Amino acid sequence: MSAQDAAKLSFTIDGKEVKAEPGQTILQAAALAGIYIPHLCAMKGLSPWGSCRVCTVLVNGKPQAACTMPVAEGMIVENDTAELKDLRSSIVEMLFVEGNHFCMFCEKSGNCELQAMGYRLGMLQPRHDYMFPTRQVDASHPDVMLDHNRCILCARCIRASKELDGKNVFQFIHRGAHKRIGVDAAGGAGGTNLAVTDKAAEACPVGCIVKKRVGFAVPIGQRLYDTKPIGSHIEAGRAAKE
Amino acid sequence: MANKPKVATCSLAGCFGCHMSLLDIDDRILKLVELVEFDRSPINDIKRIEGRCAIGIIEGGCCTEDNVHVLEHFREHCDVLVSTGDCATMGGIPALRNTIPLRECLEEAYLKGPSVYNPSGRLPGDPEIPLMLDKVYPCHEVVKIDYHLPGCPPSADAIWETLVALLSGKPLSLPYGLIKYD
Ligand code: SF4
Ligand code: SF4
Ligand code: SF4
Repeated sequence: MSAQDAAKLSFTIDGKEVKAEPGQTILQAAALAGIYIPHLCAMKGLSPWGSCRVCTVLVNGKPQAACTMPVAEGMIVENDTAELKDLRSSIVEMLFVEGNHFCMFCEKSGNCELQAMGYRLGMLQPRHDYMFPTRQVDASHPDVMLDHNRCILCARCIRASKELDGKNVFQFIHRGAHKRIGVDAAGGAGGTNLAVTDKAAEACPVGCIVKKRVGFAVPIGQRLYDTKPIGSHIEAGRAAKE
Repeated sequence: MANKPKVATCSLAGCFGCHMSLLDIDDRILKLVELVEFDRSPINDIKRIEGRCAIGIIEGGCCTEDNVHVLEHFREHCDVLVSTGDCATMGGIPALRNTIPLRECLEEAYLKGPSVYNPSGRLPGDPEIPLMLDKVYPCHEVVKIDYHLPGCPPSADAIWETLVALLSGKPLSLPYGLIKYD
């Protein structure tokens, strides 16, 4: 055993032994071990957030968010179980009904992480009634559009703007059912210092923040999740090379 | 053959695209007519379900009173209902009006729209025209639906797989790539 191996701690996910460095989250350690734990608000390169709860796993029998929970020696993690799959699906279903997701004309369709999660989890129909809320579209920016109908409040844009772009373009406004993504200007995104090249313009998992004039460029059949489920690259062991 | 199971189909607030996708199963349609007999369907223009049906395929959601009556008629006469296509499963394109009050929609369409010519200045109110509902409802919010097949439209393969599974009593499990929401 090399010195480096000895420094690693070890725990199990669904009975499989996983080695990890202290300080890693369960989600990070799993990805490096080729195990995909479904997640939406977590994004590589951004600080953990823990709000969407899609990455819920059982740690020694207790539900925990894999994206914020640090690894510990000997912990027993359950990930790929029917019960957790159903719980994750119920979260994804809630996200679908609380917004207005018209995939048939959305430019993110085929490359959308929410949609792909529905596909991966086999969602045919949300179990909840559709809310059809009234939401706004902000087209004030010359190069980027915000369609709040599709926002899932994951805060990836907030974190990307702050942590990667060194700006503060996005923030949450209002509370509870009225919570929205707000921008740092009264007249909409057009009044902010958001640039189309910002990481924040790339970070949105859904079709809320989309770049103008580039939609529908990739034909159906060749889009990111047309033939392979979300998470395939991790399961193929490519997470370490990213 | 006397004992072939019957299949009925209808288009509620839909565009017939899902029916086109059903026809898109190509030569498998010959196999299908060997397996089933079609009862009420836009394909044969029968208007009321004539006998007990094994499967009812519903395209479109409920936008009018008439859509609700047809859907209830199907629920009554079919053992299994399949919501087929995004319009049936989530309202689809017609449900875009759900965030706008009905009166505003009607006024835009019949009174205020830039290309409207309506000297009477009245909204259509003929009893022959089905009354519009306050919003467009996915089918499962109106009656019990047994299976959901999303997509706009669902692919011919997805429809075929579903029909074959239901007719042969096998559990329905669509492979990745056949579940689509677009
Ligand atoms: S954001 Fe994703 S889930 Fe929502 S409409 Fe677009 S493709 Fe569909
Ligand atoms: S705009 Fe996109 S990235 Fe920002 S919170 Fe909404 S879904 Fe997440
Ligand atoms: S789901 Fe799409 S194809 Fe089917 S009826 Fe609705 S609009 Fe037409």
